[in-house]
Amino acid sequence: MTQISTKNMPDSQLFTLLPAELIAAVNQIEQANNWQDKYRQIMLLGKQLPKLPDHLKQEDAQVKGCESQAWLYHHQQNGQHFYLADSDARIVKGLIAILLVANQGKTTEQITQFDVHHCFDTLGLSGQLSPSRTNGLAALASAIKHYARGNIT
Amino acid sequence: MKPNPSLPSADFYDHQPIRDQFPTLKQTIGDHPLCYLDTAATSQKPQAVIDAMTEYYQLNNANVHRAAHQLSTRATQQYEAVRQQVAHFIHAKHQQEIIFTHGTTESINMVAYGLTAQVQPNDLILIDTAAHHANIVPWQELAKRTGAIIKPIPLTADAQLDINAYEQLLQAKPTLVALCHVSNALGTVNPIIDLIAMAKNAGALTLVDGAQAVAHLEIDVQQMDCDFYVFSGHKMYGPTGVGILYGRFEQLNTLTPMLTGGEMIKTVSFDRTEYGELPNRLEAGTPAIAEVIGLGAAITFLQGLPREQIKAHEQLLMRYLQQQLLNLGDITLYGVSNDNSQSNIGSVAFNVANEHHQDVGILLDQQAVAIRCGHHCAMPLMSQLKLSGCCRASIGIYTNKHDIDQFIHALNTVKELLL
Repeated sequence: MTQISTKNMPDSQLFTLLPAELIAAVNQIEQANNWQDKYRQIMLLGKQLPKLPDHLKQEDAQVKGCESQAWLYHHQQNGQHFYLADSDARIVKGLIAILLVANQGKTTEQITQFDVHHCFDTLGLSGQLSPSRTNGLAALASAIKHYARGNIT
Repeated sequence: MKPNPSLPSADFYDHQPIRDQFPTLKQTIGDHPLCYLDTAATSQKPQAVIDAMTEYYQLNNANVHRAAHQLSTRATQQYEAVRQQVAHFIHAKHQQEIIFTHGTTESINMVAYGLTAQVQPNDLILIDTAAHHANIVPWQELAKRTGAIIKPIPLTADAQLDINAYEQLLQAKPTLVALCHVSNALGTVNPIIDLIAMAKNAGALTLVDGAQAVAHLEIDVQQMDCDFYVFSGHKMYGPTGVGILYGRFEQLNTLTPMLTGGEMIKTVSFDRTEYGELPNRLEAGTPAIAEVIGLGAAITFLQGLPREQIKAHEQLLMRYLQQQLLNLGDITLYGVSNDNSQSNIGSVAFNVANEHHQDVGILLDQQAVAIRCGHHCAMPLMSQLKLSGCCRASIGIYTNKHDIDQFIHALNTVKELLL
């Protein structure tokens, strides 16, 4: 991933806390009765995630995930980290929502300590993080941490 | 191609005894039996292949071509017997024309590297637009080294090679034409004998990527009259890590070895090294002996089957798969000829409405259905089709009607979730 030039950066007002319904919906996933319900809910999370405007779906903001495209932006304010992210695939977008709910508005320390494997395990989604997957989720999770540590180069 | 609810009425060949020889297919994943429709990526292996490799390691393990002891004699005999077997299998004239490689990709790299000294600046190399990246990138590297020029051979609107455009391009007298026999992404089949004859008339060398053909079609390199034909063991029920480079002797013998070292030399001194003869000259280092023996077992397995019945069975399955997909609705098929004149081999490429191929793949995986989703290592082809990717279901010798039914049922569930 390369440093995003400032002229391509989204307006800082776009970086906000996530809607309360979205946060509640992530916690519901554990309760899904079957895989159909689980994935239906994941896709709904994606729908509730604020959309990235098309002009920001730029190559230099892409996290390389092979088969689907994903974009990630970061903004730091008063010691809190905010992210904007999107994907062209629905399930990946839902999985991104889970990552953002866990990290939006958090401090560097909180984000560093966030255990993505534990989080996805709890939701019964650990398979989606495996490096053999081409959904790029593991790359997204580590990009979120890298941004928080300020060592994206 | 139009939906046709009445198809197929013909009976499927009862091939349960063949399927039973593939141990991986006997498993369930979650609540579902494994439905493996990713044979074009790699085929499953019959017990005979697994046994042959195990037996080599248990009884005959030794290095080849250094037969000072009995184990080495046995290993060498087995290894060289497979060379003979491959030569018969693809109807090569001489067994020296068969080079063991690590796979199709290495085979093409060996030709592209080996021809470097024979290619001049501004020489023309034509490449099939439907080619896999393995049949594109090595030629681009050759062009970088030599100043040669690469031109793609365009496709028609229904994704078949455009013969008229090809004829035009051949007038510029290309040095080499790189074709695929069967497209890995779409399963479309090239009229390979005609294409090679046309290239030959224009004075071009020809290389054919047979990776997706060799498990499904009878290969006769002499009838085809190509200069090079390459394929992998693992897509024809053999192990990974072994492939074949066939080259017409006179052409193969001119290739500069890409790898040098042991096994490929006649004499070595610090002043001068003399290379050995074919085939050893192009097989530096200790080869993948167990894998070669496994490939031999795969060929024996294939040769023991009623090929014509299997071919008819696979054609029927392909038809059934295409029709069931169309009957399901909201499905776009790619690479199916408009007039139905050409049948596809092995693979069916499709998308579900406007849904992302990755979403479809993840949701099928939840139901133990294994297909490939993506660009299929054929990005130029995807860009010609104006797709970011697609789904590909591919069949093998062990696939049965139940697999297709399970797949269609699972895809219907995917549709319900997505649409």
